[in-house]
Amino acid sequence: MSGWETVIGLEVHTELRTETKLFCSCANRFGDEPNTNVCPVCLGLPGSLPVLNARAVDYAVRIGVALHCQVQPSIFHRKNYFYPDMPKDYQISQYDLPIDTDGWLELPGGKRVGIERAHLEEDTGKTTHVGGGGRIHDADHSLVDYNRAGVPLVEIVSRPDLRSADEARAYVDELRAILVATGASDGKMEEGSLRVDANVSVRPVGSTAFGTRCEVKNMNSLRSLGRAIDYEVARQVRLVEGGGEVVQETRHWNEAEGHTSSMRSKEEAFDYRYFPEPDLVPVVPDPAWVDGIRAALPAMPAELRRGVAHAAGMAPESDAVVTVVRLGLEPFVTATVAAGADAGLAVRRLANEVASEIGSLANLGPEQFVTLLRMESAGDLTTAQARTVLKDMLTGGGDPAGIAAAHGFEALGGDALEAALDEVVADNADAWARYVAGEDKLQGLFIGRLRGATAGKADLAAAAAILRARRAAGC
Amino acid sequence: MAGMAQRITTADVAHVARLARLAVTDEELERFTGQLAAVLDHAADIEALDLGGVPPTAHPLPLANVLREDVARPGLPREEALAAAPAVEDDRFRVPRILGEAP
Ligand SMILES: [Zn+2]
Repeated sequence: MSGWETVIGLEVHTELRTETKLFCSCANRFGDEPNTNVCPVCLGLPGSLPVLNARAVDYAVRIGVALHCQVQPSIFHRKNYFYPDMPKDYQISQYDLPIDTDGWLELPGGKRVGIERAHLEEDTGKTTHVGGGGRIHDADHSLVDYNRAGVPLVEIVSRPDLRSADEARAYVDELRAILVATGASDGKMEEGSLRVDANVSVRPVGSTAFGTRCEVKNMNSLRSLGRAIDYEVARQVRLVEGGGEVVQETRHWNEAEGHTSSMRSKEEAFDYRYFPEPDLVPVVPDPAWVDGIRAALPAMPAELRRGVAHAAGMAPESDAVVTVVRLGLEPFVTATVAAGADAGLAVRRLANEVASEIGSLANLGPEQFVTLLRMESAGDLTTAQARTVLKDMLTGGGDPAGIAAAHGFEALGGDALEAALDEVVADNADAWARYVAGEDKLQGLFIGRLRGATAGKADLAAAAAILRARRAAGC
Repeated sequence: MAGMAQRITTADVAHVARLARLAVTDEELERFTGQLAAVLDHAADIEALDLGGVPPTAHPLPLANVLREDVARPGLPREEALAAAPAVEDDRFRVPRILGEAP
C-alpha cells in the first residue's frame, strides 16, 4: 500500500449497564426467554409514552466526562425506517443535539484521537431468519424477540483521526477500558454489548482531502476489526490504482470468508426523516451535577498507567504497564509501593506470570504477592523459583514461604544453586570471561555476589567447586 | 397555487409517500401536494419575522429533565404481548421475509 494513507473513523455502540430499558421499566437483561421483558412502550403499542431512564443519562454523562467532552443540553429525535427489529418503525435517538460533544481519547502511546460526539439511543430487537440456511435473503420468514428493543445504548463517534488497523484496535481497547472504568458498560465485544463500525477511506500520502469512505459493519472482535480494515484498505487501493472509484456504501464484513461485501444491491440513499420526538422533553444537565459526576469518577486508564509507570520506573506506553492496567492489576502495584517493595519487579511479575493466569487471580492476595517479591529481592528465591512459587500461588492459593518450602527452594543447593550461579554469571559476564581466561581472584567476586543474591543460604563450598568445574569445562 | 408549488412538488410528495410506504394515486398526489403546500405556506409566515436572537424551540412545553428511576417493573405477560401478533412461532413474532439488511 505504499503511497497511500489510511483514514479511519470509528462508531462504537455500547449497551449501558442499567437495570431497565431506556424509555420503559422493562428489565435490561441479556439471555432471558424471548419476549419476556416487553411492555406497551417497547412494543410500540398505541397510546404508550416513553419516559427517560435517569441512570442512562447518568452513564451518558460519565462517558462524556471521561472522554473530555462538552456535556450539553440535548433532545431526542425519531429516526424513521421500516424494519421489524423496531416495532414503532422508528428508533429514538439523538441527532443534531447529542448529550456529549467534542472530546478526545488518549491512546497509550500518547496520541489523542478526537471524539466528535456521543449520544443516547435505544437498541433494536433481535431477528432470527428461518430457512435458507439462516441467511436473510434466502430465508422463508423471520422471528423477532423484543427483549433487546429499547435497551439503552451510547454511540461514540470518533473523528477520522486513526491511520491504521493497529491504531483502530488500540482505540477500541482504550475506549473499552474507559467505558468499563466509568461503570457504564461491561465492554464485552464478543457478546455484542460493544459493537464497532468502521468508516474507512484511503488517500495519496500528503493529500489533506478525504477519499470516499465505506462503512464496514459486523466485526465482533478486535481481531476481526483489524482484519476487516486491512481488507477494506487493500480493496480500495486496488480499486483506485486500477482506475476505478470507491463508491460510498455500507459493507458487511464476512469473518469466515475474510472479505467485505456491499450490503445493498439497489441504490437507495437512506432518508430517515429525522424529526424531534414530541413525547420527550429536553435533557439539560445541571453543571453542578456534571461536576459532581466528574469528581466521583474513578481514575481512568491513562492516569493509572502514568501512576504505575512512575512507581515502576517504566514508560507509560510500555507493554508491561499497559498490560497491568488493562487487567486491573494496579492495586497490587499500589500495595507493593505501600510496603516499600520493588514496584518494577511487581510490574514484571504481574504482566507475565499473573497475566497468564488471570483467571485464577482470586487466589492471589496483595500481601502474599508482596511477600513473594520480598523473598525474591532478598535472594531467598531465584527468579525461576519465584516464578514457580507465584504460579502455584495463583493456581492453588497458599502463602509463598510454605510453597517454597514444599518445593525445597529454601536450602540453596543442587539445581537451585546452579540456577543462582547462572544468574550471578550472567549478571557479571565480563568478569566471568576474565575468570575463564585465568584471573583466579575473581572467584571471590562470584562467591560474594552469590552470597548476597541468596541471602547467605547458598552452599558456598559447593559453589566454589561448581565454579572451578565450569571454568575447567570452559563455559 | 404557483407560489405554493415552489415550496413542494408532486415529486417531493411521491418521495415522502414512498419513504412512508404509502400507496397514493396520481389524483391523491395532486391533492396532497396542494394541501401540504398550504400548510408550508402557513408556516412560511414566520419567515417574515426577525428571529435572529431567538433560540430554536426544542419542545413546546416549558419542561426539561423528566426522568424515571431505574427500577424494573413487570411488563406484559408473554402470552398477552404475543396475542396481538398476526403470527407467532417459538414465542417470537413471526414476520414475512425481510428484504435487505437492517439499516
Ligand atoms: Zn418495555
